[in-house]
Amino acid sequence: MTSEAIYDQLRDIIKVYLPEDVSVDSITPESHLIQELNINSAHLIDVVLDVEDAFNISIKDHELQALDTVSNAIKLIQEKINN
Amino acid sequence: MKHQEIIAQLPYEKPFLFVDALDAVSDDGAQGTYTFAEDEYFYQGHFKGNPITPGVILTECMAQIGVVCLGIHLIDGLTEDDKIALVSNEVHFYEPVLPGEKVTVISEKEYFRFGKLKCQVKMLNENEKVVCKGTISGIIFQNKKES
Repeated sequence: MTSEAIYDQLRDIIKVYLPEDVSVDSITPESHLIQELNINSAHLIDVVLDVEDAFNISIKDHELQALDTVSNAIKLIQEKINN
Repeated sequence: MKHQEIIAQLPYEKPFLFVDALDAVSDDGAQGTYTFAEDEYFYQGHFKGNPITPGVILTECMAQIGVVCLGIHLIDGLTEDDKIALVSNEVHFYEPVLPGEKVTVISEKEYFRFGKLKCQVKMLNENEKVVCKGTISGIIFQNKKES
């Protein structure tokens, strides 16, 4: 799976949890999920659970910290898929 | 943990503690009871001259027994540094609960991941009729005691 394809799917997952004052267009590969996209900690967990389902992968508790930016999330997802 | 220890660790007290007893707690769910006293403070205003337990209080009772008590069991004890919060709920109501009624709350864990506990919770009255049921999620922010 290409990182572009992962990005498209991840973007669709993230947009559901954006606060009302953050537009979908704000999502870029560099976006920090909490600090820039203002996703709260409860919704970050929802993002992770949706990512697990969408990509059929399992993310461990300590790996949550690695999911800080969109690009780092893509990296982690790609690693998991390739394993 | 013993049931009484779990109740003692709940971060609530009168007039906002809605747990009398825990009957069962496992990794998969919790069951407990609460009797709404005739003189609970909210009956003074809900409704005027017609006291009925507010839905938000029933939801709170379900959350305290079904989610918070279960959560305390799952993390094996709440510390003073741990912070908990309600994340979301969707509850449907079917029967009124009047002053003096005893209710039983039964929860089933859907998942506990990354500190978020999501449960299916229902409340029964003494006639075993479903008073309300729905989905409630809470979150715990834990200050790590050790790595």
